[in-house]
Amino acid sequence: MLNLDAKIPSGPIELKWQKHKFEMKLVNPANKRKFNIIVVGTGLAGASAAATLAELGYNVDAFCFHDSPRRAHSIAAQGGINAAKNYPNDGDSIFRLFYDTIKGGDFRAREANVYRLAEVSNAVIDQCVAQGVPFAREYGGYLDNRSFGGAQVSRTFYARGQTGQQLLLGAYQSLMRQASAGQVKLHPRTEMLDVVIVNGQARGIVTRNLVTGSIETWAAHAVVLATGGYSNVFYLSTNAKTCNVTAAFRAYKRGAGFANPCYTQIHPTCIPQTGEHQSKLTLMSESLRNDGRVWVPKQKGDKRPPAQIPENERDYYLERKYPSFGNLAPRDIASRSAKEVCDQNLGIGPNGNGVYLDFADALNRVGAKVIGERYGNLFEMYERITADDPYKTPMRIFPAPHYTMGGLWVDYNLMSTIPGLHVIGEANFSDHGANRLGASALMQGLADGYFILPYTIGHYLASAQLSDVDTSHSEFAAALADVQARNAKLLRLKGKRSVDSIHRELGQLMWHNVGMSRNAAGLLQTLQRIPELREEFWQNAIVLPASGEEFNQELEKAGRVADFLEFAELLTRDALERRESCGGHFRNEYQQEDGEAKRDDKNYAHVAVWEHKGDDKTPERNIEQLKYENVALVTRSYK
Amino acid sequence: MKITLKIWRQKKADTKGKLVAYDLNNIDPKQSFLETLDTLNQQLIAKGEEPVAFESDCREGICGVCGLYISGTAHGPLRETTTCQLHMRTFKDGETITVEPWRAKPFKVIKDLVVDRSPFDRIIQAGGFVSVNAGNAPDGNIVPISKKAADTAMDAAACIGCGACVAACKNGSAMLFVAAKVAHLAHLPQGSIEGQKRVRAMIAQMDAEGFGSCTNTYECGAVCPKGISVDFIAEMNRRWLGATLFDSK
Repeated sequence: MLNLDAKIPSGPIELKWQKHKFEMKLVNPANKRKFNIIVVGTGLAGASAAATLAELGYNVDAFCFHDSPRRAHSIAAQGGINAAKNYPNDGDSIFRLFYDTIKGGDFRAREANVYRLAEVSNAVIDQCVAQGVPFAREYGGYLDNRSFGGAQVSRTFYARGQTGQQLLLGAYQSLMRQASAGQVKLHPRTEMLDVVIVNGQARGIVTRNLVTGSIETWAAHAVVLATGGYSNVFYLSTNAKTCNVTAAFRAYKRGAGFANPCYTQIHPTCIPQTGEHQSKLTLMSESLRNDGRVWVPKQKGDKRPPAQIPENERDYYLERKYPSFGNLAPRDIASRSAKEVCDQNLGIGPNGNGVYLDFADALNRVGAKVIGERYGNLFEMYERITADDPYKTPMRIFPAPHYTMGGLWVDYNLMSTIPGLHVIGEANFSDHGANRLGASALMQGLADGYFILPYTIGHYLASAQLSDVDTSHSEFAAALADVQARNAKLLRLKGKRSVDSIHRELGQLMWHNVGMSRNAAGLLQTLQRIPELREEFWQNAIVLPASGEEFNQELEKAGRVADFLEFAELLTRDALERRESCGGHFRNEYQQEDGEAKRDDKNYAHVAVWEHKGDDKTPERNIEQLKYENVALVTRSYK
Repeated sequence: MKITLKIWRQKKADTKGKLVAYDLNNIDPKQSFLETLDTLNQQLIAKGEEPVAFESDCREGICGVCGLYISGTAHGPLRETTTCQLHMRTFKDGETITVEPWRAKPFKVIKDLVVDRSPFDRIIQAGGFVSVNAGNAPDGNIVPISKKAADTAMDAAACIGCGACVAACKNGSAMLFVAAKVAHLAHLPQGSIEGQKRVRAMIAQMDAEGFGSCTNTYECGAVCPKGISVDFIAEMNRRWLGATLFDSK
């Protein structure tokens, strides 16, 4: 049984974080240099955490498998970052951002964490401006804001369609500053393959140098995982090719609870799949829904070009079903609605797997110049991929796996069930519940890295009993041997199927049965099929022919796919056990008469936390009950 | 489509490389260029041959990790397009396409089409940042910034650090990359305070890494997938001159 004490401070929600900050123990400035911290992953969460910890005086080792920290997948976020500044004077506040996030997450996130996120969001914007992030400005020189899906206020800050890139560069530059000062040691092209636990505490990691193949161990006083999400379990997703679950899954196997793995987000505005060759799906920023209107033809099988379909023969289904939010309905609702119309054979495009996102009205209203300023680079990107010009013809869009709200369980201090192992950003589970609102992933990554972890990890270091441990400890040797044995086993795979083809088959299975909507029959069938596919992997996969002592991308992929093949089962099991519909988790058996999700607060207002019990044993489902003291658990309605 | 790919194969940094030709049939014009390399690799794996090593990640044109020299042009024939956003419909049926890694002295080949671009990180470490600690930044609206300045900073900040500018330059110069970062920060009040120190330090590091000089042929701007203007190079030179002549250090 896992100890799931969330350590939520007492008192009113507005004061919890202030109170907690005061009550936490401090590390004397002169003693900070005596502590070494490992940060794995250098996206928004990892880079901001590593830089800030170094600024405070800790010795930081930052690891990433990219050639440079500037490549992390945070860079691909297009639309924006939320904060409760209320600059547009449209009624925003910390409480409203908190409420929208809790409601958007379908009341499956922890109140105290979400309130704190909203509270520090404003400082995140200030910090980024100070770093030189070139946010969009009004003509008067002040920061510009726009609205985003799921919100009725304009609280999103943006830098053209490249907000993630600019925020990541800000964090990366801070990291580079600390590297230059010698306070951070950078380890690019280095992949974490295991966590080392000594006396029940996370004290280090095992890595593989992706260029030389050398497997090494690293010791520290605490370990931070900022390793992103697991959407690539679906093979086709909007995630970068190398995003994977390995670091989080290795930690799970060492005793870290894995929370809500079935909470995956399907983003509504991606370019539809065009063929079997496809390696990934491309996201079109949700900000496009500010000006784009979503529709399909009213008549089934209508193959006329969109311009020839008159207004009265179009179904603007989001505006029809959700009049107050319309095209800005939250992601889960917009995605499911698109699937519904495609399932009714109303989908458009060559494969019938799309809906229109039409800018004609906006172009008539404000003109091509303004639309170009708002979305020009997205339009160009769309045209490159599809050879269609969105200024002239509507975009075709369809939902795709995009973000994972589930992740390693953490308490209020962002610490997992393994003492000393902290988990931040998308890799943890804590702030988004069953669905994430647009522009809040960047907010969470930076809030964790700049403003939360640097406080809470100090408390851990000041209060934990930490013995002198280095890599000569026997636990390091044991973990190293495990990783070497696993790599050797992967290198012995001399079958007939490529690792990619097995990953693709897993992805298809997951997309069809554990994707946008799920049911018990499909989930049970998947739970039967995954072990067979795993067997196929270990019997018939091929990892040829380079050795492990060199740059070997097939070996890298094989290790990640092997973990996806185990993790997929955990995700499916979690989906099966959650007998309700909420947010990104929609079970066909649990829906209202009008097709809306039917939540079961009586039995499922909790976090499901999975505990590894051994490779040949069923994992145990633990529960953290969620308590709502500041919001009423209402049925989510955007009508 | 039928395509012949002539690809640079090189086992390691210190081994000799050579171009090897591969014929591919049934390529869908809707495929991206990298998906065509994926297709080739699946065929090589099936034959028991070693797949071609190349880098890609976001495949959305923003992470900057992909970057191939395609038939003599960095990122291929389309302007302002990263390799991952290049589609096979751009090429002719039956075409032979030559694929090489970035070739510049500071970018060592790691394997096949993969090169080491860590010199760029060291240039940023030299000063490509604003020296601000997390925690006490003033309100973001305290210092108004004109839309024009913010837009110009954003134009420069759009650099994805792919290295095409270096690869395309006959001198292997990194001026466009460095100029983009210098301009990005210098146009904002937050970054201008360290402006003179930054421009000197970054240029010194660029030289120390072994990048060549700019001779104003502007090939860098022509191949930049983000359309970074070569005007920033002139601006950087002005700033460097000013910093060198007038800054008290």
